[in-house]
Amino acid sequence: MPKVKVARKSTLVDMTAMCDVAFLLLTFFMLTSNFTKKEPVLVSTPASVSEIKIPETNIMTILVDKDGRVFFGIDGQDKRQELIKQMAEAYKINLTKEEIRNYSLLDLVGNRMEVMKSYLNLQAEVRDRPENNNGIPSDSTNNQLKDWVKSARGINPELRIAIKADEKTPYPVIKKVMKSLQELDENRYNLITRLDAGPAKD
Amino acid sequence: MAELSQDSGSHKKGGKKRSKKVSTRIDLTPMVDLGFLLITFFMLATSLIKPQTMEIAMPSNKNVTEQNQTVAKASQAVTLILGKNDKIFYYFGKTEGAQVIETDYSGKGLRKMLLEKNYEIAKQAEGLKKEKLKTHMDEDVYQKKLTEIKAGKNAPVVRIMATDEANYKNLVDALDEMNICSISRYAIVDLDEPDKLLIKDKNI
Repeated sequence: MPKVKVARKSTLVDMTAMCDVAFLLLTFFMLTSNFTKKEPVLVSTPASVSEIKIPETNIMTILVDKDGRVFFGIDGQDKRQELIKQMAEAYKINLTKEEIRNYSLLDLVGNRMEVMKSYLNLQAEVRDRPENNNGIPSDSTNNQLKDWVKSARGINPELRIAIKADEKTPYPVIKKVMKSLQELDENRYNLITRLDAGPAKD
Repeated sequence: MAELSQDSGSHKKGGKKRSKKVSTRIDLTPMVDLGFLLITFFMLATSLIKPQTMEIAMPSNKNVTEQNQTVAKASQAVTLILGKNDKIFYYFGKTEGAQVIETDYSGKGLRKMLLEKNYEIAKQAEGLKKEKLKTHMDEDVYQKKLTEIKAGKNAPVVRIMATDEANYKNLVDALDEMNICSISRYAIVDLDEPDKLLIKDKNI
């Protein structure tokens, strides 16, 4: 029996089409997406049926995690630099250029002003550890959150306030935050939620 | 120089200088690799979904005197008390001598009660929604009409009170129900003394 000879075919495939697809997808992702903000704590927001989308710019975010720690941040690096300069001045803290720059690279910061200087000097990896993020005080005796919001408002009057809080956050913490905002006469704000399936039909 | 010496080699024959036909095909595999690597990076580093938001307006605490405070009719008032362990309590009308009823956040609990209370307006809002789907109404017009309906005369006034044991989810759920049931007159208020007593009494 003669051996059946299999014709050798080249294993090379034309990659042009594949390449086209890859770059098309790449372009799509680059254009449609915005980078996820780095959040110092993981927060799972409650669901709601509201369908209003939050704008991407001109937002000041107040993040509250389930232990009641409060974080604050605004968007735009130049605005952040301005903000930290004002806050440092108000609390009489001398910050170096480097520290101001470090602050402007952070999306959300939750710390007392008293430890801000040492916090900004920390290595980026160490900074996210829970012991280095104690939350911004928002009590009636020491309400630094109010100062943050006030300064931010002064820098950019178009800022909208977004409160992003964890489902399990105890109500008293939320009440404190809302009280602080109310005292500043900031009566309109957004609560960030995730989309619910909608009202259950029954 | 390697290139130069190669050049001189081809001149040996002395004939016409003929450019060698080189295939224009390039191996694109590394390019594809790179493309997919970048795609992977962008897919992981970005978020496509924008978060939803719920807009609320709190009452200003400036210029609020006894006189210009709106006083709601007792028959329209509903008070929700958000308690611990995802429980919710409600009563109608005045605090004194109120019948406090326990319910939950499900469709059969709180929503049923609110829809009954807000029956007319909810029906109208539903009708408007259907009309919008049918006639492709403009979003602005729809919102305007909806606000008009919601501001109806007999609309209930809901006070949302949260105890210290309640959590944020309870609050958002309660606010969400207001949206679903087309109630526009609601407020998040602090527990006042009579309600505190009530809570103590009923052990909420």
